Amino acid sequence: MTGKEFYIENFNTFQMKLNGQSESFLNEIRKEAMDRLSELEFPTNRNEEWKYTDVSPILKHNFIPAVNTTIPEFTKEEIKKFLFHNFDYHLLVFVNGFFSSELSIISQLPKGVVVGSLKKISKEDPELISRYVNKISKIENAFNALNTAYILDGLVVIVPDGIAVEKPIQVLYLNTSENELVLSLPRNLIIAGKNSQVSVIANYSGFGDKLYFNNITTEIFVDEYAVVDLCKVQSENENSYHIEKVQAQQKKNSLFNHYNVTFGGAIVRNDINSLLDGENTETHYYGLYMANGKQHVDNHTFIDHAKPNCMSNELYKGILDDNSRGVFNGKIIVRQDAQKTNAYQQNKTILLSKSATIDTKPQLEIFADDVKCSHGATVGHLDEISEFYIRSRGVPQELAKSMLIRAFANDVIETIKIEPLKEQINHMIFDHLHRVEIENEK
Amino acid sequence: MLSIKDLHANVEGKEILKGINLEIKAGEVHAIMGPNGSGKSTLANVLTGNKSYEVTGGGVLFDGKNLLELDTETRARQGMFLAFQYPVEIPGISNATFLKTALNEIRKYKGEAELTPKQFLEKIKEKAKILGLDETLISRYVNVGFSGGEKKRNEIFQMLMLEPKFVLLDETDSGLDIDALRIVSDGVNVYKNGKNAFLVITHYQRLLNYIQPDFVHVLYKGRIIKSGGKELALELEEKGYDWIKTEEVETENA
Ligand SMILES: Nc1ncnc2c1ncn2[C@@H]1O[C@H](COP(=O)(O)OP(=O)(O)OP(=O)(O)O)[C@@H](O)[C@H]1O
Ligand SMILES: [Mg+2]
Repeated sequence: MTGKEFYIENFNTFQMKLNGQSESFLNEIRKEAMDRLSELEFPTNRNEEWKYTDVSPILKHNFIPAVNTTIPEFTKEEIKKFLFHNFDYHLLVFVNGFFSSELSIISQLPKGVVVGSLKKISKEDPELISRYVNKISKIENAFNALNTAYILDGLVVIVPDGIAVEKPIQVLYLNTSENELVLSLPRNLIIAGKNSQVSVIANYSGFGDKLYFNNITTEIFVDEYAVVDLCKVQSENENSYHIEKVQAQQKKNSLFNHYNVTFGGAIVRNDINSLLDGENTETHYYGLYMANGKQHVDNHTFIDHAKPNCMSNELYKGILDDNSRGVFNGKIIVRQDAQKTNAYQQNKTILLSKSATIDTKPQLEIFADDVKCSHGATVGHLDEISEFYIRSRGVPQELAKSMLIRAFANDVIETIKIEPLKEQINHMIFDHLHRVEIENEK
Repeated sequence: MLSIKDLHANVEGKEILKGINLEIKAGEVHAIMGPNGSGKSTLANVLTGNKSYEVTGGGVLFDGKNLLELDTETRARQGMFLAFQYPVEIPGISNATFLKTALNEIRKYKGEAELTPKQFLEKIKEKAKILGLDETLISRYVNVGFSGGEKKRNEIFQMLMLEPKFVLLDETDSGLDIDALRIVSDGVNVYKNGKNAFLVITHYQRLLNYIQPDFVHVLYKGRIIKSGGKELALELEEKGYDWIKTEEVETENA
């Protein structure tokens, strides 16, 4: 028994465990998703959307949904090294997808703001959660169905109209397999009311080096005039699998910034989708992927321009070493109604070794006539003339290469607003690529 | 200081330098002139260790040591400096970071302490002043968006900051207006002393009015075919290269 049957079988254990205690609206969602999972097959390379990403290594293992395992315990001291620090933040910690109130530190929040665990909040205020959950993201593949069938815990951030949450919310998702292969299934929900503001740092980290699988769904609703920043920094352990689907929906005059920094994982797949469902919205996607060894990193982005006068801007950059493989697929649809759309997309990759590869594909479908769209993809190596120039000033070769790597990543790093976070990401780049570090400029 | 003996070099399999001989002593200024494509920049690249240029024969001693076995950065740390004909743009790295890294690497090599941020800033201010360099250029990315003249000035600024022993100027005068030419030359003259030496590559005698050479060499098809004093530059300016070419053909036939 493998793959699908295994997850279906485990579902019964999960259901028994819940013992009818869960909210009925969540049970409905689960049942429906389980039906979808039974119908769907996990994607193969024959599927256009998964052409370059082979998930069969993931399906070879039977990962036990975390709910059917014992969640390991960590101390505050133990999780410290995984956190971004030197700035003020609210902290939420999830271990294998389950909220730990002992490790989390949520200080005073503005009135009406809800920040916490899906499991807990859906008990306390089922009406609130049922209004939003599973309304934004649709099940598009078996991974989404799997996540939804086991919907139970994850991040909830709900900001009422007119409220700005000043401190960023750092969410540490710590994942680990101890005695068995674990499947974490976090389900995240970020709802920003009209004219509200919130910033979330999603910090995915791996503990130990045992294989696990993290399969995430994140739903984001950005109401009129709201501003949402979501900065994902993914450092799962090098043997793990990481799949996330982000689905955002933006209403008029809203702004959504998504940052997607990838370090970890053996097979990584991100689907970052935004529906621009109101006029005058602005959307920025910034991506940075660093891979080495045999890592496989696939970023699929999709911006759906459904209304007029919206602007989207996307910059994805990758640095690939050793035998690593990158995939970028940037889809933009400009619907018939979406006149005066401005949509820009760029993907740039540098290959640090002869055997690293990237498959990059823009996918523009434009049905309106008065639009400005541009896209570009480049693949290259570190520039030898620049390297010679730097070395000719006395800088050793390895440091010269690091300078060029830093220079390449600069326009993405520069967009990160929290200075200490920027510095720590800078450090992680050199650490991950095993290169001499260049200090971040101040 | 620099002794070049029968130096041969290839670029992409094609022989460009065909036996260069040159002796440069501390305190001297040598000028190299020659038509486009004669191999002037190739010589500069070979001396600084650019890997795209393959040395196929001959040798170079720098302060009595074999220069050719050193990598580019070690040559630089031992005092070799090239002001590039086409300075490279590096978006994403500021001039300040670039210079601080270079300066500290050179200092480390010499067993000197790294400069404190304050010392570094003072040094920058002092050197920028000599060249009338706008200090905002320091915080900008290396050569990005610099005008042609600013790029050349920035090369000389780097020279003043790094204080090399042997300086190669590859057409530093091209693209400079009259005022900039004077400022850059002044920078070189301020820096010149009995202990360092210069090899100035140029097409124009004009520069040599400001930076007075002790020797002028003509490079033609990969060989130095004539050497003389600074009056040779004037002669070249007046008569071009044809008369020497004929002279060379005659000597070859003799
Ligand atoms: N990197 C390179 N790749 C291919 N050919 C090269 C390269 N560098 C130099 N060459 C060739 O070598 C020859 C000499 O070039 P070089 O740049 O040394 O000439 P130069 O004397 O500096 O000319 P100029 O006065 O135009 O600067 C030319 O034919 C040039 O095309
Ligand atoms: Mg030249």
